Amino acid sequence: MAEITYLEAIREGLIEEMERDPAVFCLGEDIGAYGGAFKVTDGLMQRFGENRVIDTPVSEVAIVGAAAGAAHMGMRPVCEMQFIDFISCAYDILTNYVATARYRAMLPCPMVVRGPSGGYVRGGPFHSQNPEAAFLHTPGLKIVSPATASDAKGLLKAAIRDDDCVLFFEHKYLYRRVKETMPSGDHVVPIGQARVAREGRDLSIITYSATVWKALEAAEELERADGLSVEVLDLRSLSPLDDDAIIATVRKTNRVLIVHEDTRTGGVAGEITARITERAFEWLDAPVMRVTAADVPLPYAPQLEDYVLPQTADIVGAARTIARY
Amino acid sequence: MAQRAATRPAITPNGSPAAPLPVAAAPALGRAEKLELYYFMRLTRTLEERLVSLYRQTKVVGGLFRSLGQEADAVGSAYALDRTQGDILSPLIRNLGSMLVQGATPLEILRQYMAKGDSPTRGRELNIHFGDVRRGFIGQISHLGDMVPVMAGVTLSFKVRGERRVGLVYVGDGATSTGAFHEGINFAAVQRCPLVVIVENNGYAYSTPTSRQTAARHLVDKAAGYGVPGEQADGNDVLATYDVTKRAVDRARAGGGVTLIELITYRRKGHAEHDNQSYVPEGEIERWSRENDPIDRYAAVLRDREGVEPQELAAIDARVQAEIDAATDTADASPPPQALDALVGVYADPPAVPPLWFREGSGAPAAAAAAERPAGWGTYDG
Repeated sequence: MAEITYLEAIREGLIEEMERDPAVFCLGEDIGAYGGAFKVTDGLMQRFGENRVIDTPVSEVAIVGAAAGAAHMGMRPVCEMQFIDFISCAYDILTNYVATARYRAMLPCPMVVRGPSGGYVRGGPFHSQNPEAAFLHTPGLKIVSPATASDAKGLLKAAIRDDDCVLFFEHKYLYRRVKETMPSGDHVVPIGQARVAREGRDLSIITYSATVWKALEAAEELERADGLSVEVLDLRSLSPLDDDAIIATVRKTNRVLIVHEDTRTGGVAGEITARITERAFEWLDAPVMRVTAADVPLPYAPQLEDYVLPQTADIVGAARTIARY
Repeated sequence: MAQRAATRPAITPNGSPAAPLPVAAAPALGRAEKLELYYFMRLTRTLEERLVSLYRQTKVVGGLFRSLGQEADAVGSAYALDRTQGDILSPLIRNLGSMLVQGATPLEILRQYMAKGDSPTRGRELNIHFGDVRRGFIGQISHLGDMVPVMAGVTLSFKVRGERRVGLVYVGDGATSTGAFHEGINFAAVQRCPLVVIVENNGYAYSTPTSRQTAARHLVDKAAGYGVPGEQADGNDVLATYDVTKRAVDRARAGGGVTLIELITYRRKGHAEHDNQSYVPEGEIERWSRENDPIDRYAAVLRDREGVEPQELAAIDARVQAEIDAATDTADASPPPQALDALVGVYADPPAVPPLWFREGSGAPAAAAAAERPAGWGTYDG
């Protein structure tokens, strides 16, 4: 079978789920006739009709709220945020209505909110965001953040089948840059399970999404230049976090670097650090350190964006510091 | 029109309606149904009066929200839905009557207010914040306006599945100022969802009068902006409320899409029981109470137009009283929730979150991790 891109893998996952289950439908801005700003849903309206691929007004609250209402009625909506930056417009209804529905009202709310996240694309402050930390704090939501094409497909299929709301943060930098041959058959990746992207003994890099690839590059260089054996743990799911996989890699290498593209303060890395400290403090030979974006809105100019976002060289340097500690 | 605009904003309840309000007739309703409307209005009021006494006995755990004076708009509008077709409504805090019409019971309401373990939300949520899709009502949240997009989605599912079901969502004058209201009604209008949006204009959002909520002369005028039919009716006339809602429900069921209805009513109690209503002009509440009580008005209509004898209404009142007495006894005896139930049901999977280590007493995760520690702890090779 031929390789397909990360973006095509998402589309393939959508198509397979829509064919499998007539309750699955998509709604979002410009996703139907136009096929989506990034063409993720290209051809879906022609294939499934206007009732299953719904072009909406510019209304993130309505998209998410309507998805919730339809989900209560047994549908399985997949919402697209044209850029994930706009999910903040729906913050209230996601965190107050959707996330609490099962708990406060025993109302099932099986739905997916997906959209292109992340930087490295010169998108500026409002087309580059990584909103995961804002939602990690909300009980009732699940969050996945795939780095590979096969995980993008498998996690999307799992998200659509999940009985609760899953936020699916796909990375636009990876859309057409990573390719893979899809596993055959009904490829579903369970939510909540991390993946060891590279085995190692001396140091662990815990990361997710686009920075998985930067961590792998860094691991390669550290092995070549320093003889260090670096393990890379790709979290894949941020809520729930795979605590067992995190603790296992800590116990294995005793030195941990956490890398994410999102800004630093209040980021996912802080939560992971706290969990490691609570559960595996005595296994550490060095402080847990973080490589993240600087705490600024993401700027547009290449010189500025490249300085703010984590780069492979930053990971290499930080890993050396931890290895020497 | 110009003269009216010059004197004061026409926004209700102290202004004038957009047009003469339709005269109530409710030709579709028979005598038994008209008596049932009275029953639900009386049930609403008596149940709330019972809640007031429980509140004063500190048996109501949180705040108490009254719909005194608004029973007709809640009951009459909900009554226009067809419960045999699976119609669904989403109430607001002053739509106890709507929920009772859909089949919520006084026992459920009492258990909710008293935070009982066998209440519909098992002690998780307050007051009338609960729902039951099978009986046709979906519980609200406190963020006003959010139920409009949710009900847009509920009715979108009716439309795409070809079901002949209708949805009804209530908002107040205050919620018309929210973004969620705008996005939700606009989405539903574009999609021609079978949705009726009722704006209950009761004059106040907490302490803010409607004239400070909007510069629109009438809330019903907003319908034009969404390209949907708009109608205004006297919310204190239960038959008028029924009539106007029934027209909108019939239109929605026939594929005619969204209707926006403004029901003009008046909130005679404060936002909640603690609110002393110091912001209300002197005499206003008394005037509405004296001249425009929806139950008094309807009792007179039943007497004058339907020939209902006073003892028939007294019998309904007695039946309501007995039902609420029995429900109060049962609710009072209900157990409180078990504390550990707080950790259940955030997700379908996992079904419960584990207790935090400091609540387990043993510090379990840390202790378990420590117990697994090998002799040469701290290195991978042991």
